[in-house]
Amino acid sequence: MNRIILHSDLNNFYASVECFYDPKLRNCPVAVCGSQSTRHGIVLAKNRIAKEYGVKSGEAVWEARSRCPGLVVVRPNYMRYLRFSMMVRKIYENYTNLIEAFGIDENWLDVTESTMLFGSGEKIADELRKRIEYELGITASVGVSFNKIFAKLGSDMKKPDATTVISPENYKEKIWGLPAGDMIYVGPSTRRKLADIGISTIGELACAPPRFLEKHFGQWGRTLWMFANGYDETPVTRLDFQPGIKGVGNSLTTPRDLCGDNDVKILTYVLADSVAERLRRHHLKGRTVQIYIRSGDLTFIERQGKLPYYCHTSSEIAEKALEIFAASWDWSKTIRTLGIRVTNVVMDNECGQLSLFDDERRLRREQLESSIDRIRSRFGHYSVQRAVLLKGNGLSASPVEENASEI
Amino acid sequence: MAKVFVEVIAKFTKDGRKVPLIIKWEDGRCFDIDKVTDVRRAASLKAGGQGIRYRCRINGRETYLWLEEDKWFVDSKK
Repeated sequence: MNRIILHSDLNNFYASVECFYDPKLRNCPVAVCGSQSTRHGIVLAKNRIAKEYGVKSGEAVWEARSRCPGLVVVRPNYMRYLRFSMMVRKIYENYTNLIEAFGIDENWLDVTESTMLFGSGEKIADELRKRIEYELGITASVGVSFNKIFAKLGSDMKKPDATTVISPENYKEKIWGLPAGDMIYVGPSTRRKLADIGISTIGELACAPPRFLEKHFGQWGRTLWMFANGYDETPVTRLDFQPGIKGVGNSLTTPRDLCGDNDVKILTYVLADSVAERLRRHHLKGRTVQIYIRSGDLTFIERQGKLPYYCHTSSEIAEKALEIFAASWDWSKTIRTLGIRVTNVVMDNECGQLSLFDDERRLRREQLESSIDRIRSRFGHYSVQRAVLLKGNGLSASPVEENASEI
Repeated sequence: MAKVFVEVIAKFTKDGRKVPLIIKWEDGRCFDIDKVTDVRRAASLKAGGQGIRYRCRINGRETYLWLEEDKWFVDSKK
């Protein structure tokens, strides 16, 4: 028996929520953009009218304004989007527990079993769309198919507020003529490589010999061939499935470029503080510290190093990060974004190798930082700070706190 | 249509429901809600808000009252 998979995509999600809350915006071109003053000024989402002017997600605000002079720019309200996302999910939960999120505004739903209760996949999709619009005032496009890849393609085919069914009977006629790049997991690089071997549509990909694809793309070639033929059998992850955390990281694009070791030191402590606090909150310890450096010309490098033991204290993470930084950056360019990530994580109650010499010092550091967590939870993040951050020159804002205050 | 937040006096029932009893308008006038005839989650496109929508009968006329998170609002014609 074929599965019945839906893929639901909330149309122009951030912009739709903003237009819903402010009726005056509904007939204007609207773009939701990050703050220009903190150099996060790119288009995160745009409404249909702005799209008609050629405004694209990811471009800078000034570029969008040059395409569309009357563009209304609004700041994002992440808490509101999260609330909407959760309410949409509540609607899905009325139909199935097999829901897999793909970002904040897209979900796959396996409704194979639910059709006995609620009718065909198409009927469920239509009902979902009506409920989302009636209860939340925004629209969704839903693709209905027998696998996740085609369901996702379906939701992209007709927008806004539409259901597209791609069945085993009609998939060749409906999607084989589409460009290969329309298929999920075929990015610009794969699309170029496919074009180099004369494959430009999904149909051509499906009809190519799998061995030929394997020769050019390795194992991935066969996987793409299976996707194009509708043989994808990846399950929709269960609602209650909690994937293990593989790492905890934070990065920050600063209001001005970092131009010296002192700037990097300040930001490293800010990021390490935030990462360590989150590790402790999740009862995790990590052993590998990775840093991410993006320069003013937007090129980036990633480097990593190993700690001698698992830890979740900011001082140790920061010291390691600074050590990796010193070995990897020659200051030929200024830095626009810095990130720290701790991977190779275990639960903090797991047994670990003890050290004969510095365990007491480590224990004291851990106790000190747990106390700081408690003080911050009672009196706010900025109630206790490292002295180094007091001369932060606009660099010492906590990424977590500042994102929250943007909301 | 405008979204107008209002004060509401409500009853909290034993089974956890909230039943609005009196709406206090911006100018201080109070309106008794005679009956709540429907409760469902709904959006107000006119006012730009969503939440639990109560269809209320006040002096023989039907009006909608929304509870959005922890605030009550109506869509006013002003």
